[in-house]
Amino acid sequence: MTNHYTDIGNADAVLIMGSNAAEHHPISFRWVLKAKEKGAVVIHVDPKFSRTSARSSFHVPLRSGTDIAFIGGMIKYILDNKKYFADYVNNYTNAAFIVGEKFSFKDGLFSGYDAEKKKYDSSHWAFEKDENGLPKTDPTFKHPRCVLNLLKQHYSRYTLDKVSDVTGVSKDNLLKVYEAFSATGKPDKAGTVLYALGWTQHTVGVQNIRAAGIFQLLLGNFGVAGGGINALRGEPNVQGSTDHALLYGYIPGYHNAPLATWTTLEEYNKANTPVTKDPKSVNWWGNRPKYVVSLLKGWYGDKATKENDFGYSWLPKLDPGVDYSHLFIFDRMYKGKIKGGFIFGHNPAQSFPNSHKVRKAMDQLDWLVVAEVYHNETSDNWRRPGVDPKDVKTEVFLLPSAYRAEKEGTISNSGRWHMWHYKAVEPLGQSRSMGDMIVDIAGRVRALYMKGGGAFPEGVLNMDIPEKFDAETMAKRINGFFTQDVKIGDKEYKKGQLVPGFANLKDDGSTTSLNWVYCGGYTEAEGNLAKRRDLTQTPMQAAIHLYPKFSWAWPMNRRVLYNRASVDQYGKPYNPAKAVIAWEDGKWVGDVPDGPAAPMAMEGGKYPFIMCTEGRAQLYGPGRADGPFPEHYEPAETPLKAHPFSKQLSNPCMKQAVSDMDALAAPADPRFPIVLTTYCLTEHWCSGAETRNGPALLEAEPQQYVEMSPQLAKEKGINNGDVVIVESLRGKVEAVAMVTVRIKPFKVAGKTVHLVGMPFCFGWTKPKCGDAVNRLTSSVGDPNTTIPEYKASLVNIRKADKVTEL
Amino acid sequence: MPKAFFIDTTKCTACRGCQVACKEWKNLPAVPTKQTGTHQNPPDLNPFNLKLVRFSEHMDKTGKVSWYFFPDQCRHCLEAPCKQASSVEGSILQDEATGAVIYTEKTAQEDFDIIRGACPYDIPRQNPETKQIVKCDMCIDRVKANMLPMCVKSCAMGAMHFGERVDMIKLAAERLAVVQRTEAPKAQLLNVNDVAVIYLVADNPKMYHEFAVAQGPAQLTRKEMLAGAFAPFRRMVRAVQG
Repeated sequence: MTNHYTDIGNADAVLIMGSNAAEHHPISFRWVLKAKEKGAVVIHVDPKFSRTSARSSFHVPLRSGTDIAFIGGMIKYILDNKKYFADYVNNYTNAAFIVGEKFSFKDGLFSGYDAEKKKYDSSHWAFEKDENGLPKTDPTFKHPRCVLNLLKQHYSRYTLDKVSDVTGVSKDNLLKVYEAFSATGKPDKAGTVLYALGWTQHTVGVQNIRAAGIFQLLLGNFGVAGGGINALRGEPNVQGSTDHALLYGYIPGYHNAPLATWTTLEEYNKANTPVTKDPKSVNWWGNRPKYVVSLLKGWYGDKATKENDFGYSWLPKLDPGVDYSHLFIFDRMYKGKIKGGFIFGHNPAQSFPNSHKVRKAMDQLDWLVVAEVYHNETSDNWRRPGVDPKDVKTEVFLLPSAYRAEKEGTISNSGRWHMWHYKAVEPLGQSRSMGDMIVDIAGRVRALYMKGGGAFPEGVLNMDIPEKFDAETMAKRINGFFTQDVKIGDKEYKKGQLVPGFANLKDDGSTTSLNWVYCGGYTEAEGNLAKRRDLTQTPMQAAIHLYPKFSWAWPMNRRVLYNRASVDQYGKPYNPAKAVIAWEDGKWVGDVPDGPAAPMAMEGGKYPFIMCTEGRAQLYGPGRADGPFPEHYEPAETPLKAHPFSKQLSNPCMKQAVSDMDALAAPADPRFPIVLTTYCLTEHWCSGAETRNGPALLEAEPQQYVEMSPQLAKEKGINNGDVVIVESLRGKVEAVAMVTVRIKPFKVAGKTVHLVGMPFCFGWTKPKCGDAVNRLTSSVGDPNTTIPEYKASLVNIRKADKVTEL
Repeated sequence: MPKAFFIDTTKCTACRGCQVACKEWKNLPAVPTKQTGTHQNPPDLNPFNLKLVRFSEHMDKTGKVSWYFFPDQCRHCLEAPCKQASSVEGSILQDEATGAVIYTEKTAQEDFDIIRGACPYDIPRQNPETKQIVKCDMCIDRVKANMLPMCVKSCAMGAMHFGERVDMIKLAAERLAVVQRTEAPKAQLLNVNDVAVIYLVADNPKMYHEFAVAQGPAQLTRKEMLAGAFAPFRRMVRAVQG
């Protein structure tokens, strides 16, 4: 989230799109209701009418996978009707930047596309630069290739007629949303966007969010109270695990994972550290080498020295162009290229797409270590229905894991609040925390290396692994220490003391930090700030539900990111009644500002978007794999043969696993005419492995169901409560029909398109509750993230003649 | 001072935190359920589910969908008809301090049909083994220890409130005025003068639940109750509801 949960209560308009906030992020909805109570309009745009829709001001049904068309129409509406916040757009975005002559967009493809590699050469999208290497600008917006004009041109095709035709949303409903939300384009109004997996789990996932970023910039909604773009992150500490680089492409703190081609730290830094000659641009990523060196010092301790590149060569490297995401790990596993591995806190046999393939892939393993609280579809894959355990060679080690109440540690919520939780009871039996397991395993592997040697010993032997896992010590190591005595201002720090904030991290080896974004969260003066529960605030903070002493938020306890965009160029809040920061008597008051520099128009002033190299936010974003502007493409499996925006049917760069088990239905395949979207439930958590073992939760949601419209049910001769078979090209699932007016057929491209929805939490290890809906979904993903397209597949449906799963 | 609940259904998202928390606090066993084509599960109150969120969906002539949630529970009537209908000394009590209507072990000796039939909200249920009649007890154990009832404690949406009756009535009236003005002109408070559990609904209460408002005369004499005058009607309704 750019903002945070309690901030949602400040919004004048709440757009919930790609999210079912009330059901999946209930606490966020508490603040949605507070905003609504104060008069905010709450808009829910989603394929089905859910518990979120029930409490929203209104709900607009949208065909799954058409969000960019919907938003493209909104961008056009905002531009055509001059609803944008001109002062903000002119000064704080790249609207005036001039794009180079090599940029073009023709019939669904941007320039630089290589059809064979399914990749773009993004150098075609670069800005025109001046002699200092800075983008040329045209503040008069007359240049045909300035960003604002390209934006207008790009979305000129997104007419109400075309958008309505593709999305299945009536023109009245489109206008209702566009009008209500674009009313926040005024300086004293704020609109927030809440999204979740309904946007990310598409082959255009990243561009869905980019599209929202564009209209939020046009409306001046970043940096302000009640604004921003707010990813409702998963309950299993998704924010914290992303910060700490759970994803393969990063090392902790959002640094790219080293590639084999960057052989030295210098090469790594050169490739990953942006530079600018613009004195007004903070260009925060220019600090990257300090954070990377501190991270290496944190990992390798005294073994990391300037002479040995701080151990950079001991890090594992990725081969360039190879996708190491789970979609392709399991593809390689299926092809027999992986012998064994660890699966901790994950249930891929249930939660990854194309379950039949995933389950068969796991049969190829010689060994597997699973750490879990309960047996689940992954740990017990070898005895799944239809398989004789004798035929499965895998030896599975199940490590009993401590439940969250049995251990202490931190959770980072979606609003980046770092919060400590305490141990309530001792772990049951021999179960242990995962931190404990990992430290123990690493220590024993190291002992084996010391005794008998092994491949690549430096990475193993030089790692500074603690003797025992202790969450409090780990929190300190994440914050980081000084490795020598230093003086900062008039305060002296001794070797071994905590670094008071990431501005003090250095690239000379004098500091450690396992994650720079958390540096400053554990201090010598105040201790572990994640433990704070103090609700005191100033009147200014009270006006915007800001509690600066409750927990600690990264970075540096800043609660609203890009808050320098909430004030004009002289530091005066655009909305004084809900000011986030203000420049008063030569200093900032309110939230922690994005850097102490003076307001933009003053001496020494800086641009507000400090993480962008140019300091200004990107309406035009040349950094993504699939284009600088979001463009509508159909899902990989689509009920349409063509769409009205271009001849390019689906994302030209989408990731796709290829094997005999990865078939995709043809566009408008008559065998599979129905769109399937999948989701989770309030009552169950993710794959359900844990909550299916909670009797009161299973009582409330006991079995697999499929929600469908009365019209579809009638067409198929299905009654409410009947068991049906839902079938895709990849598998079949039994489910109880839930026939409901909450799902409506869509009128798309002149025909009726039906949509059904199913939860993914029911699996065979709990008898008679059903089995993985992901047997239906496919191994295709977004080109930037490889997040799979769980939200749109093609299926058919019929009454079951025999019931075995329920 | 008498206590009361204020349950604002216009803020309820049917997360069922209350339904689950109630069971957990009271250590009630889960009942086996099936998916039958609705999210409402278990299908009805039962001896092991004293709080149940009821779901009802509607579509009007214009195609507008509404989905109403009703966290159902004992209303702790000020003059409890079930207590009046009781024929066993000490089986149904009313706590003077809080107003909580409490069923004791002695309810096993009552005629269940008469007790259930007396309830204008169709709340009491009987444990088939012990024959005891059971329902919400206002978490009297918690309330006496200055804690909120478990359902209220678990409500993340701010839909459920508990406190002094005068305060709850005031809160309910204030919220009603806001809801009527901003989102639902038909909003109303249900049986506010008769009960200690005050519901705010946005629409016709029958669209939430058959027994959202009192069915039949709320206040009957003990004699009428003993005669079971309304029991046949109750049984009929139950037969229809299944």
